[in-house]
Amino acid sequence: MPSPSALPAHLLLLADSRLPAGGHAHSGGLEPAVAAGAVTDVASLAAFLRGRLATAGLVAAALAAASCHHATTRADVGEGHTTPGDAGPDGWGLLDAEADARTPSPAQRSASRAQGRSLLRVARATWPHPSLDALAAGAAGHGPHHPLVIGAATAAMGGTAAQAAAVTAYGTVTGAASAAVRLLGLDPLSVNRALGTLAARIDAVAADAAARADGPWAGLPALTAPQLDLYAETHRKAELRLFES
Amino acid sequence: MGAVHDHDPHRAAPARGRALRLGIGGPVGSGKTALTAALCRTLRDELELAVVTNDIYTTEDADFLRREAVLPDDRIAAVRTGACPHTAIRDDISANLDAVEALEARHGRLDLIIVESGGDNLTALFSRGLADRQIFVLDVAGGDDVPRKGGLGVAAADLLVINKTDLAPLVGSDLDMMGRDAARVRDGRPVAFTSLRERPSAPEVAAWVRAVLREAHEEAHEEAHQEVHDEAHRDAASRAHAPTA
Ligand SMILES: Nc1nc2c(ncn2[C@@H]2O[C@H](COP(=O)(O)OP(=O)(O)OP(=O)(O)O)[C@@H](O)[C@H]2O)c(=O)[nH]1
Ligand SMILES: [Mg+2]
Repeated sequence: MPSPSALPAHLLLLADSRLPAGGHAHSGGLEPAVAAGAVTDVASLAAFLRGRLATAGLVAAALAAASCHHATTRADVGEGHTTPGDAGPDGWGLLDAEADARTPSPAQRSASRAQGRSLLRVARATWPHPSLDALAAGAAGHGPHHPLVIGAATAAMGGTAAQAAAVTAYGTVTGAASAAVRLLGLDPLSVNRALGTLAARIDAVAADAAARADGPWAGLPALTAPQLDLYAETHRKAELRLFES
Repeated sequence: MGAVHDHDPHRAAPARGRALRLGIGGPVGSGKTALTAALCRTLRDELELAVVTNDIYTTEDADFLRREAVLPDDRIAAVRTGACPHTAIRDDISANLDAVEALEARHGRLDLIIVESGGDNLTALFSRGLADRQIFVLDVAGGDDVPRKGGLGVAAADLLVINKTDLAPLVGSDLDMMGRDAARVRDGRPVAFTSLRERPSAPEVAAWVRAVLREAHEEAHEEAHQEVHDEAHRDAASRAHAPTA
């Protein structure tokens, strides 16, 4: 169902923070950064968001774009394909393994899978599609990685890899920003201005990610942010925490 | 299919084959965990039970229930709510659904799953997508004017529990007035006065839970009966219309 709109409403629903997909319980690594004293005000938050966008943001956006491309081309071929090897239905297992390989922290892996599971639940209820079913079947028990579900959901509504990348890149900074408002009591207007300042970078990261959507999966960006990985691990063991990750 | 689904839109009968989900909400410290513990102790020998706690900052409530050994540890799950306890039970229930489904996957057929909300304000209400029935717990020490102030929890919960009656003489709370004020906004729905200090098995609430379970079983039974009935009708009708060989 190709949409004539420049900003399709289906896509707005997917990007909306009110989408009931469990995002409100995750801070995108911000809570442990606050606990460590690395983020204390709007300026340090802006720096944190730039770093997160350039690393975890690009990796996630590229995975989402590849997932959307994969779901679209698989749907053209017809459902129920099995790729050689033990890659699960429609080869989703391979892309899932690529996501795992790019997520060294076990805490971040489980946070990504928890959000993937929740998004899959609401996506299947809203945009039923064979690729979403295949993702669910392939990842029974632990749930698929979050960016893969964003990509497949975008494909399910007739969207493009570029749109999947844009929604993902956007989400990697907005979740952390709203967590900062709650944790530090920052002025929400200033935080929103900081996000506005980032807008061009978000678009650039999304474009970069989308350009690789149909390339080989092994060549997807594999940038890491070691400090974020360490924060994620310490956070999981923290006694007091508001956010799951 | 053909069954009567919409006799009362506000009282979703639990889907057949899964546990009844009971939400327990109410302000901070009113006795939600104490009531959960009491129900577990009183009902665990007659029902297959599990509990999901929603903790705001720690896993305090789950830890308490485990320490008290009201149920085996693997029947108690904790959900973190990202600074927003009511979001997790109302607007975005995915983390709680996840926990409920994981408990069912681990233990098979359960009769009752209690979901304790994080302590919250008077407007908090469980989504019908998460809880089949809900209890709102107030305590007499929180002010005897609270029922008069109303709010969704006080007005709409299936059972209103007014707890800590043992403290009423000490804080000068007027129990009769609390009961009258509650009745005025509750449209005939029940109110129970409890003192978990003096009657730690919460007999009044346990009796209500047993009645709710009986009622849910009867509804499910009726629905199943209705479906069989409809099917018999369809069969008879198709036989009547079948061309004779
Ligand atoms: N005197 C008296 N104390 C009670 C009663 N019921 C619970 N308490 C006490 O009240 C305190 C709070 O009880 P909880 O069960 O933890 O309250 P809660 O609603 O779960 O609290 P949060 O989860 O933090 O919102 C505890 O110290 C309980 O022992 C009661 O009937 N009488
Ligand atoms: Mg509690």
